[in-house]
Amino acid sequence: MAVAAIMVEGLVKRFKSVVALKGIDFEVQEGTILGLLGPNGAGKTTAIRILATILHPDEGHAEVMGHDVVEQPFAVRCQIGLAGQNAAVDPNLTGRENLRMIGKLAQLPNNEIKPRTNELLSTFNLIDAADRPLRTYSGGMRRRLDVAAALVSRPPIIFLDEPTTGLDIQSRIELWSVIKTLVADGSTVLLTTQYLEEADQLADRIAVMDLGRIVANDTAAALKARLGNTVIEMEMENEQKAAQAEELLSRSVSNGQIERQGSLVRINSSKGPPILIEALRTLDRQALIPIDLSVREPSLDDVFLTLTGTQSVSSKATTALGGGSS
Amino acid sequence: MQATARGCAVEIPPIPIRLVNGIRDTIAVTERNLINLRRVPRLFIFTLIQPVIFVLLFRYVFGGAIAVSAVSPYPYVDYLMPGIFMQTVVFGAITTAIGLSSDVQSGLLERFRALPMSRTAFLAGRTFSDLLRNVLVVALITGVGFAVGFRIHTSPHLFIFGMLLVLLFAYVLSWLFANVGLALRDPESAQAASFPVMAPLVFASSAFVPVASMPTWLQGFAKYQPVSVTISAVRALAIGGPTGSYLLQSLAWCAAILAVCIPLAVWQYRRLF
Repeated sequence: MAVAAIMVEGLVKRFKSVVALKGIDFEVQEGTILGLLGPNGAGKTTAIRILATILHPDEGHAEVMGHDVVEQPFAVRCQIGLAGQNAAVDPNLTGRENLRMIGKLAQLPNNEIKPRTNELLSTFNLIDAADRPLRTYSGGMRRRLDVAAALVSRPPIIFLDEPTTGLDIQSRIELWSVIKTLVADGSTVLLTTQYLEEADQLADRIAVMDLGRIVANDTAAALKARLGNTVIEMEMENEQKAAQAEELLSRSVSNGQIERQGSLVRINSSKGPPILIEALRTLDRQALIPIDLSVREPSLDDVFLTLTGTQSVSSKATTALGGGSS
Repeated sequence: MQATARGCAVEIPPIPIRLVNGIRDTIAVTERNLINLRRVPRLFIFTLIQPVIFVLLFRYVFGGAIAVSAVSPYPYVDYLMPGIFMQTVVFGAITTAIGLSSDVQSGLLERFRALPMSRTAFLAGRTFSDLLRNVLVVALITGVGFAVGFRIHTSPHLFIFGMLLVLLFAYVLSWLFANVGLALRDPESAQAASFPVMAPLVFASSAFVPVASMPTWLQGFAKYQPVSVTISAVRALAIGGPTGSYLLQSLAWCAAILAVCIPLAVWQYRRLF
């Protein structure tokens, strides 16, 4: 049986009037990636900070490689690397100088610091920028250095707190490939993200967090299967035509749920492409042509809709901005 | 089982090794601060301009109106410069508060807190790099002093001893202002809050005028407060006069401030998050 590299039990954290964590439990098996998925304010960063010995929990307990984060913080710090939104690097130091400083502070022996620094700079494709101050780096380069800094001491446990938030697609994909190689090396990774796609790409298991609780914890595949519906949305010319379309589709489409909101008809189905073709054929026969059509794969919002019955905080904001109908 | 071989030692090492590691950590943090000083020299340059202005102001503008003949047989500039040295390091100590509070804001501490480094090294590194900065500052201001006519009337050895006392006092003040920076956590507030602490220490002292010229109620404070006694000691070492009592008072103040401020700063650092 595999040993849990990270073990969290009944963790509670309060900040004055806000309860950031309302008792969370999870485990991460050695050599796997757990993705903590949730919107801003879900408590992801608080959980990471407690595991990284930066914050003390109010209740519950957590172990990293068998060491209690409150009782044995030094032992825990020896086993972890932390990168992410809050853990900064020094903008006035060059990439090389930053890594060297972290190497020393991570208690790496002097003779290992130089080779390790060079190794990381080349892994992260930063050799050319190695001797430039960080303030001249692009967002993507800075994040790569940030992750590199977490790896200097070859820690068996790596915490990545929203490593790709705010990055462009290209940089995000680059960083993903680096994270994948980490686990191939045998590291255990706890990753937080707001993007379902990111969790899906990287994580072996996904724990979905909302308002300080874990609302689901499963493999990416199982989680997607639970909610895994393609959503087809068709905007009709008017409500009358939409009602007509709804009725037609309800009769002909057997493998999905049909619902209507005003002039918008939505099909929810686990078999996207065939349903789409079937639906369009049905409508075409009656000369009902949608004026707008969209096909969506399940998003974080859908995860939240399915798991909690409410929308995530971020999607509520989007809906309000878009004047949405829910 | 590859994982168990990585990371660093899991047991807390014995005290001598912790001490060696702590020194290594302190050097790493100091190095980082000095690189910052070199790459962003603005703050450093401004902390230099200000004492130069004070030298020129008191030497050429106010100096003529200040009578020191009762306390010193030498020209005003010889009375002034020991005061200027102290004023420079007291005003300069604000950079410790600014530097620390910027680090608190930047998130670098977040990373430091998750590293198996010495808890005090971050503070020790900051105060140590500020001490090295002060060595440079004091040397430059000494040069300025000589350029405007300052002369030593004791011996070079005693003068250098006086400068070492200035630097010791500067180091002690760094720990005081480290507490200001850690308590306020943002550079603007730290800067604003530091002035009211510094102004009475610098101006209600013997730095620019003899204490005897102040109202009686103020003399009690002005005579015995830490900046004054240190100035008197430095002045005695530079231009002569009774030294021993001032020196002892100054060292006693330094010990007392360190005894309070170091544990307080470490305590504040621990409870930052």
